[in-house]
Amino acid sequence: MMLDEWALIKPADQLELTEAELKEEITRVLTANNPHAPQNIVRWSFKERTYKPILVIDQLAVHFVMEGSLVHQDSDEGRRQMAKEGVLEETLTVDTGVGFDEEEPETSVKINKHFAELNSDIYSSASKTDKKELKITNQFNFSERASQTLNNPLRDKSCHTEPPPRSNFSATATQWEIYDAYVEELQKQEKNKEKQKAIQTKENDDKSKKIMLMETQSNDVTKVGKAAKILERMVNQNLFDDIIQDFKYFEDESDEFRGQKGTLLPLWKFHYDKSRGLSVTALCWNKKYQDLFAVGMGSYDFNKQGHGMLVFYTLKNPSFPEYIYLTTSGVLCLDIHDQHSYLVAVGFYDGCVAVYNLKQKGAEPVYKSTAKTGKHTDPVWQVHWQNDDMDNNHNFYSVSSDGRVVSWTLVKNELVFTDIIRLTLNGVISEGPEGAQQPYIACGTAFDFHKQIDYLFLVGTEEGKIHKCSKTYSSQFLETYDAHSMAVDTVKWNHYHPKVFISCSSDWTVKIWDHTINTPVFTFDLNVAVGDVSWAPYSSTVFAAVTTDGTVHVFDLSINKYEALCQQSVVAKKTKLTHLEFNPIHPIIIVGDDRGYIISLKLSPNLRKEPKVRAVQSFQTRISADLQNYILFREDKVMPDIHYSGPTKHGRKQMAH
Amino acid sequence: MYLFYFALQAEVEETLKRIEAHKGVIGTIVVNAEGIPIRTTLDNSTTVQYAGLLRHLTMKARSTVRDIDPQNDLTFLRIRSKKHEIMVAPENDFLLIVIQNPCE
Repeated sequence: MMLDEWALIKPADQLELTEAELKEEITRVLTANNPHAPQNIVRWSFKERTYKPILVIDQLAVHFVMEGSLVHQDSDEGRRQMAKEGVLEETLTVDTGVGFDEEEPETSVKINKHFAELNSDIYSSASKTDKKELKITNQFNFSERASQTLNNPLRDKSCHTEPPPRSNFSATATQWEIYDAYVEELQKQEKNKEKQKAIQTKENDDKSKKIMLMETQSNDVTKVGKAAKILERMVNQNLFDDIIQDFKYFEDESDEFRGQKGTLLPLWKFHYDKSRGLSVTALCWNKKYQDLFAVGMGSYDFNKQGHGMLVFYTLKNPSFPEYIYLTTSGVLCLDIHDQHSYLVAVGFYDGCVAVYNLKQKGAEPVYKSTAKTGKHTDPVWQVHWQNDDMDNNHNFYSVSSDGRVVSWTLVKNELVFTDIIRLTLNGVISEGPEGAQQPYIACGTAFDFHKQIDYLFLVGTEEGKIHKCSKTYSSQFLETYDAHSMAVDTVKWNHYHPKVFISCSSDWTVKIWDHTINTPVFTFDLNVAVGDVSWAPYSSTVFAAVTTDGTVHVFDLSINKYEALCQQSVVAKKTKLTHLEFNPIHPIIIVGDDRGYIISLKLSPNLRKEPKVRAVQSFQTRISADLQNYILFREDKVMPDIHYSGPTKHGRKQMAH
Repeated sequence: MYLFYFALQAEVEETLKRIEAHKGVIGTIVVNAEGIPIRTTLDNSTTVQYAGLLRHLTMKARSTVRDIDPQNDLTFLRIRSKKHEIMVAPENDFLLIVIQNPCE
């Protein structure tokens, strides 16, 4: 019963085995193979480029490892360690070895002995190194004591400073700014170079500094001086716009129906308030700046002589003169140098001649003749610039009613005079005593120099005669023409034809001459005193004259040999016209009157017909032929004269000796 | 030297007066390098307006001209409007402005 009770309790699902099955022997073999080790590890072989199975597999399985730290005292290793670590190990053994004392007293004694020996060794070694090395802690009574101190709490301290001033800068550099910077740099470099050169000339600096100070004034109106001048012209351009348009573009179409006749269109009128009471006595265009002309102001009335004036106008500014010079004596004539257009020669009523330089500021002429330097004793009626002489000095001629034609040369600061010719009534200079010379003097009133032949010139006189003279010898006239019955006002060579010249006089006539013939080729009676006459620069056959009744007469000989193409009164009644001048390139003339007004007039197309091209060519060839003939003729006839005059002079000198 | 300077100043003053005397000229203004009008014939507010605006315009125009060719420079400016013509001349950083009524 009990057995039954204690019968094995089987789980219900236990496998039921038969007796035979239970008795069956199942053998198990223990091998050294690790069943968990993988059997099929392969590795890539780079050598054979295939995966290769690894045959040798580690079969070792470690279940527990513990490293021992004990070494036997008597073993070799133990001794080595004891020798290495020395005392400490031994003291330990000493300390721990207290318990052993009773069991093995002998060994402890041994150790102590051994210890004492060691100790003495240490002390001896310590006493040697004591002075140099750190103090060694007490080996026997030493304890380490650690303590914690309070750390100082961390503290932050901050403050605000004033920020440095900041400013934004932005700019675009343009090409011209870069260019300017470079130019400035270059100038600086040049200045530095100059400074190094000119240290000696320091004295001049003070003066220039003063000027600099003046210039740096910020409210200096003079800085716009040039601009003001040009703006004045602009304002005038707007004001006189209609006149400018006429000047440039207006062509009188009614000329077609007028046949050969023409008209004059008045353009600007020039007048300067301060010249009141003066009349226009001379006009001259500037050859270089063709809009600029000079006006001489004075008086032709013997009773009303006073001051005079020299003013320059430009067509660009008709309302105010460009230059103004006041003179103590009335101006009677002037001439602007052809090449150096800033030089102006002026002749005065009191017999002085002067040269003004427009480039130099100041109211005074740069040159002026004085009584010492051959000043004329009577009014100077005409001046004329000549080509520069051999030394490149500028020189001009003047003619006066004291009967002298004088050449003036500008040498440094003075005018040097040379008498070229003395005019006499009968054409022969008497060699008698000086007193006897007086009554024979003729008064020159006008002259003109031949355009091509340098030495040839004409002189008109108060007696109405015109003399053809040569610069080279003063003893006699080449020719004398009985031209007018009153004073010759103007005599002028033709611009194109080398033989032809024109003259006018107060005897109402204008005459045209061939200088090889003693009588005039043409005579025009204008029925009133003629003030001035002038050839046109564009045609050899056109000339214009002004008369004292205020009329301008324009002739063209190629169209009408008997009558003027235009006779036009251009001023109020009782105003006398005194002078007239053609502009060198523009189709306009200027006329001056005795009230100080200058009027510019445009010539209508009929009055400025240029000769036909073919005609011009043949004309020019004729001129050159004429010129050659003339020179031949001169050589034939005049040369003997020169030879003749040489010996006589020589002879005279001998006589004087 | 001083005399010469004053003579020059008088000459410029005279030129400006002549410009002002012409009919149709409404006013002239001279503006210095800082842009301040130093001489004017117009009233204050108009002057300031003209000076400020025209200075800007002139600077711009000058910059344009110089940008195209740095060796070139602006010399004058003429503005033709329905009512006026404004002429501006820059010289030495100064401006000379003339306002004219050309139709008068």
